[in-house]
Formats: sequence, C-alpha cells, structure tokens
Amino acid sequence: MNITPIIDGQLDEDALDQQLQTLIADVLGLDPAQAAAFDSDSGLFGHLPELDSMAVAGLLTEMEDRLGIVIEDDDVDGEMLETYGGLRAFARAKLDPLQTPS
Amino acid sequence: MSFTWNIPAPDGGLPSEELLLAFDRGRAERVLILPAWFDEANKLRRFTVEVMRRLDAAGIDSFLPDLPGCNESLAPLADQTLEGWRRAADIAATSFAATHVLAIRAGAMLAPAGLPGWHYAAQSGPKLLRGMIRARIIAAREAGISETSDELLAIGRSEGLTLGGWHLGAAMIAALEIAEPALAPGQHGIAQPELGGPGLWLRAEPAEDAAQADALARIIIETLG
Repeated sequence: MNITPIIDGQLDEDALDQQLQTLIADVLGLDPAQAAAFDSDSGLFGHLPELDSMAVAGLLTEMEDRLGIVIEDDDVDGEMLETYGGLRAFARAKLDPLQTPS
Repeated sequence: MSFTWNIPAPDGGLPSEELLLAFDRGRAERVLILPAWFDEANKLRRFTVEVMRRLDAAGIDSFLPDLPGCNESLAPLADQTLEGWRRAADIAATSFAATHVLAIRAGAMLAPAGLPGWHYAAQSGPKLLRGMIRARIIAAREAGISETSDELLAIGRSEGLTLGGWHLGAAMIAALEIAEPALAPGQHGIAQPELGGPGLWLRAEPAEDAAQADALARIIIETLG
C-alpha cells in the first residue's frame, strides 16, 4: 500500500490507474485483479449498492491523502462520482491543473 | 466477557452505567482499549475484539468500555463532549487498573496521558469532521439539497449537527474542530502499513482481516513480552 503523497505531475497514467484501482479495491474489499478490471464506464456511486455517501466520503478523503490533493465541496458532483472514468479525470485534473482545460 | 462499569457524575449525582467488554483474568498487563468512533466504530468493532482475543490468548487482559452516548448507552449522544469522553477514559483507566492503552483512530484523542501504549492509525478531530461532513453533503446533493462545509460547521458550532445519523452537540463539534491526538511519553504511533493491508475503516461494509488483527496484537505482545 502506497500512502506517500505524490508530487503534482509526477504520476503517469498507469500509476494513477493503479493508485485509484487499489483505493477502490480497499474500499470495496476486492482483490487487486478485480479492481484492475475497472474501466472508464464502470459505474461507481449509484451503481454499487455498498458505495453509499459515507463510503464515498471515505474514498475521497483517502484520495486526498494518497494523491496529495485537496478536494473542495464544489468539486464533488455527480459526474465525477458516477463512473471510474469520471473519478479518474477528476484526479488527473487535480494533479495537473495547468494541463487540463477548465 | 460482558460487564458494566460506572462513571460517577461530575456534580456528585447518580453515576451512569455503561457496558464493558473485557477479558479480565487478573493478569499483570491490562490494556484499556479506546475504540474508533461513529461509523468507523461499527466497521472496526470485530477487528478490535479479534485483537483482544489474541491478547487474551497471550496472557494479557484487555478492556473495551462503551463511552456514554455510544452503543446501548442510556445517555444521549448529543449531550456528550470531548472533555466528558476524556474524563470517562481517565475514569475507565483507573477503574480497570489499566497498565497500558490501545487507542484506535479517533479514540487516540482520548488516550489518558498517564498510560503508556499505542495509537493505532490515529485520526484527528478536523479529519473526522471533514469526512462526516463530506458524507452529509454528498447525501444531501443526491436529494437535490445544496449544503457547504462552512454553513454546516457554523450551524454545528451553534446548535449541533447530525452527521451520518450521529447527532453531535455544539460543544463536541467545536472541540473536534481543533482536537489533535498527542502521543504522551511512553505512547507510540502504529501506522496502517505496519499491519500489512488497507485500513478496515475504509471498507464500504464491515469486514475483518485475521492477518491484520495478528499484526496489531503482535506489536503489543512483543512490546509487553
């Protein structure tokens, strides 16, 4: 388990996928191979019954710690939580704020 | 294994009676367990008791008291304060003649400074509140209601707040906004990676992990042995 915050921009695509998939595996109690099967369209909040608001809040807080980012109230919307792809795009935008069109 | 313990009223009134889970065989090493709080308490309950079973097998007594306002307590949670829970933890340490403390997550904010022991994956008040407020905002948004952390905290400070179904009083909210666990002399932090797996409080549903319970118990047993 890697809980060292990562410096902005130093996380390549595969490493980001691995971080997020490990995190989702930790939250859902999956083994890493199952979580590695998550793709952009995989449904999260609203699709997985065990992923309630408390679990999502825990997931976001852990994302802050592991990725070294800060998630504001306004950042949290249905789109970023609905699918794995949405969450991933959100994390990428937080890590590289200058490279992502707003 | 199940007992009760009494907390004398601060003003000399009737004591309150709370439940206690204990492995007490009158042995020399007696560990006070201060559990995780609220939602995390449920997720870590079985893990916590599994650690106690391992300590028992290794010849170490342990005591897991319910704090007032928690579980089957008759005291309303909304009336509880951080200061009151710290007092309860101190009274528990004396009542059980504890020699050590194992404080888990937010429980670390209550660890009696006079006892050596361990803070496992200690959680601060601000982080605890942040997670609970975030959960409330996400749930409200699903219901089409817009709330912000600042608004909720302002309400919480003046009249208390219900977060994830837990009704916290104004004094508790205000205290948690600045409460940090502090390692007293003889107390050591145990970080989650030392247990070799992800923290069970993260899990969407309560789970258990025998290897993690083994690892935490081993750290304690090796120190006391």
